[in-house]
Amino acid sequence: MNLFSKLYYHFRRYWKAIRLYLVIAGPGLVVMIADNDAGGITTYAATGAKYGYNLIWFLLILIPVAYYVQEMTVRLGVVTKRGHAEAIFDGFGAFWGWFSLIDLMILDWLTLVTEFVGMTSALHIFGIPAWLTVIGVVALMSMIMLNGRYWTWEKITMVFCALNLIYIPGAFMVNPSVSDIFSKGLIPNFPGGFNGELFFIMMANIGTTIAPWMLFFQQSAVVDKGMQEKDIPWGKFDTLLGSVLTVVVAIFIVIVTGTVLKGVDIDDASQAAQQLMNTNHYVGAFMAIGLFDAGLLGALCISLASSWAFGEIFGWAHSLNQKIKEAPWFYICYFFTLVTAGMVVLIPGAPLVLITLFVQVVAVTLLPAALVFLILLLNDKKHMGEYVNTFSQNLISGFIVIAIVILSTLYGVSVMFPNLFH
Amino acid sequence: MLSTFRRFTATIREINQRYSKPHIEMSRAVKLSLLSLRIYLFVLVGLILYKFVLMLN
Repeated sequence: MNLFSKLYYHFRRYWKAIRLYLVIAGPGLVVMIADNDAGGITTYAATGAKYGYNLIWFLLILIPVAYYVQEMTVRLGVVTKRGHAEAIFDGFGAFWGWFSLIDLMILDWLTLVTEFVGMTSALHIFGIPAWLTVIGVVALMSMIMLNGRYWTWEKITMVFCALNLIYIPGAFMVNPSVSDIFSKGLIPNFPGGFNGELFFIMMANIGTTIAPWMLFFQQSAVVDKGMQEKDIPWGKFDTLLGSVLTVVVAIFIVIVTGTVLKGVDIDDASQAAQQLMNTNHYVGAFMAIGLFDAGLLGALCISLASSWAFGEIFGWAHSLNQKIKEAPWFYICYFFTLVTAGMVVLIPGAPLVLITLFVQVVAVTLLPAALVFLILLLNDKKHMGEYVNTFSQNLISGFIVIAIVILSTLYGVSVMFPNLFH
Repeated sequence: MLSTFRRFTATIREINQRYSKPHIEMSRAVKLSLLSLRIYLFVLVGLILYKFVLMLN
């Protein structure tokens, strides 16, 4: 009897904790899984196709990297009750504020174009024309946005996050060699030696794991959700779970392409989906559905990151809890970026490849600045109080930030001058 | 049209005034970080412009 009452007590305790987490869950999970956007799926597909399972260990390293960077935005948002754009304006003055805001606006818009490229090419596999995809996506996103509550937006977005896990059954369907995954994938190695090509792929994987819009998005989402200081541990757990899930999805994509398409040059994920269809129709279809879902998740979050940032600085009402009448500029900004980005994809002969490359170059100008500001703001005792970075947090996040700045800069430079590292 | 433009510039001026001074404590480390960032961005923007000129040629 005593054992049963103890078990019941523990069950009630854990169930209560799970229910509490489900209320707090959201910003961390959404931002991390949305990070596996159309560009990210292409990078992981190319990684698997080029190097098989050999770089899985490297993807695992990216879990703490993503967690430590994003966790700081949770604390900063909860304590200051400000989005990242407003925190930069307030902390460093108008010059750095405008620099970050304009850079974010350009980068988000260009990234949004790449999400539409991913979504249209994914549905093209099923015979759906690009114009219908763009109209459908804008209509779907309007319905999700205009429900007038942050909570509803977040929970609908989490359904699309769950769809992102479609790569997991896909990987099981291609019958990968588990012993190969463990022996080749989990032991650090540099397949073919540490050369320029491998370095480029590794940097691309880092670039897709940490993107500037993620810092702005998560901090604003934490504020819009109304998280309190007592929620910080759950916010951190949410971010950790998101970082693990995003890397798990990435690993399963690598397993799919590493098993079926090893040695094939992959330029984009829709090409991988098409080639997979020749081997296994369902796996190819899963890849295409996953690519569409990734683009949609990216679009849902990226357009919001810009609208929140502009709302914070221009003093517009900028909450998903407000109706379109109460926050007209917030919604105008959102739909303007969304519709214009969608229209670019429909222009015949639009320089989409150039836009994709330009995204990576512009990201390099914003990412180091955003990361440096983040660290400095987290060390501001006056505003952060007891949530200021500790010595060990500074050591870990400082090392991560310096590494990301160096690697992302090299990546940006190698995009501009491709022959430099070859 | 003109009044919208005037209102917009007035808003920008108001924002610039509101955030004219940084509110973070400007310690030596912060100043050094911001200076490094300026140099970094200066070099990077230079590289992007160089690439742009190369592409035009």
